[in-house]
Amino acid sequence: MKNSYDVIIIGGGPAGYTAALYAARAGLNTLVLERMAAGGQMTLTGDIDNYPGFEEGIDGFTLGMKMQQSAERFGAKTEYDEVTAVDFSQKVKHIKTAMGEYHAKTVIIATGANPKMLGLENEAELTGRGIHYCAHCDGRFYKDKTVAVIGGGNSAVSDALYLSNLAKKVYLIHRRDTLKATHIYKVPLEKAENIEFLWNTALTSVIFDNKVVAAEIKNLNNGEISGIALDGVFISIGRKPATDLFKNILSLDEYDYIIADETTKTNIEGVYAVGDVRTKPLRQVVTAVSDGATAVHFIEEYIANF
Amino acid sequence: MAVLELNKNNFAEVTNTDKKVLIDFFATWCGPCRMVSPIVDEIAEEHPEYVVAKVNVDENPELSAQFGVMSIPTLVVIQNGKVINQSAGARPKAQILALLEG
Repeated sequence: MKNSYDVIIIGGGPAGYTAALYAARAGLNTLVLERMAAGGQMTLTGDIDNYPGFEEGIDGFTLGMKMQQSAERFGAKTEYDEVTAVDFSQKVKHIKTAMGEYHAKTVIIATGANPKMLGLENEAELTGRGIHYCAHCDGRFYKDKTVAVIGGGNSAVSDALYLSNLAKKVYLIHRRDTLKATHIYKVPLEKAENIEFLWNTALTSVIFDNKVVAAEIKNLNNGEISGIALDGVFISIGRKPATDLFKNILSLDEYDYIIADETTKTNIEGVYAVGDVRTKPLRQVVTAVSDGATAVHFIEEYIANF
Repeated sequence: MAVLELNKNNFAEVTNTDKKVLIDFFATWCGPCRMVSPIVDEIAEEHPEYVVAKVNVDENPELSAQFGVMSIPTLVVIQNGKVINQSAGARPKAQILALLEG
């Protein structure tokens, strides 16, 4: 059959290309379907300091390319194409893309996650024009301006710190009264004099007049609404798994992550979920790559008896 | 066709054409820009009917401001000197071609 593989991996982030490396190195005929370019969410960060082996840190884009090249060294292929539909009902799995069709004995889903939107009325319209999800990409347009970061986790705090070096002032707006971020950020946050915390606060709307000029915020303790002047808003309230294609096909949890344990096996035989898209306690590059290796371990067993 | 490097001096000359012009506003340090860049190069190779150009936002703050670029990559399609499409964020090839065809 044309376009037929032992393993097709959907998504070319760290989990996907590690799976590709292990599969190709095990002699399996392996294809990665990636919609844009290698790296996944790693390309949205600056330097990655917690992936071992790079003592100076490494930027996410370069690490993604290195992972792709590691897999290609053993014969894994990449097609830059967007998956539009999957059919896992037969033993041989069927994948439709924008430009073609593929068949595979096994499928590894490594589609990752995307930033979650806040749910503001004009959010989609203002994305890239005052509302942003990538501080490292767009922060430099706010040199000496005033911005707000929404969120209280590690990404939000690291975005606020990054922006505090560029912007005149950074509001960190969080719904709770404590941060979820880890201890490592405590000292730098205390040192950053231009970060102002707005606790128990929600951003309720963004006011646009040719450009973003202000935002309306609500104190969640007393319901009081007030306005702050600002030039841009960076939203960092977590991620949403990219699982729209698999709804009603695979078992998902209440947050739409694919239910799979440490074996990475989903509820359908021959279909595996790796990296951020899977139910797991810690979503990091190192846990993503380990999923990729584990999936191929079970795929080798499965294909031997196919 | 080769991808042209735009700056404020050659901008008017390059974009004043009835061909559609695709402009990729980028920076060298931006991951998503580096994802889109090879796709834009491919479109330049495969579609001689379009003019394809890039603007380095660090070197061309005036042009970036002129197009209200606050996010990179931003892709702009111009025809006869007029903006007919503009989109912020990295996009797959099919969607970039749709911006040009739209």
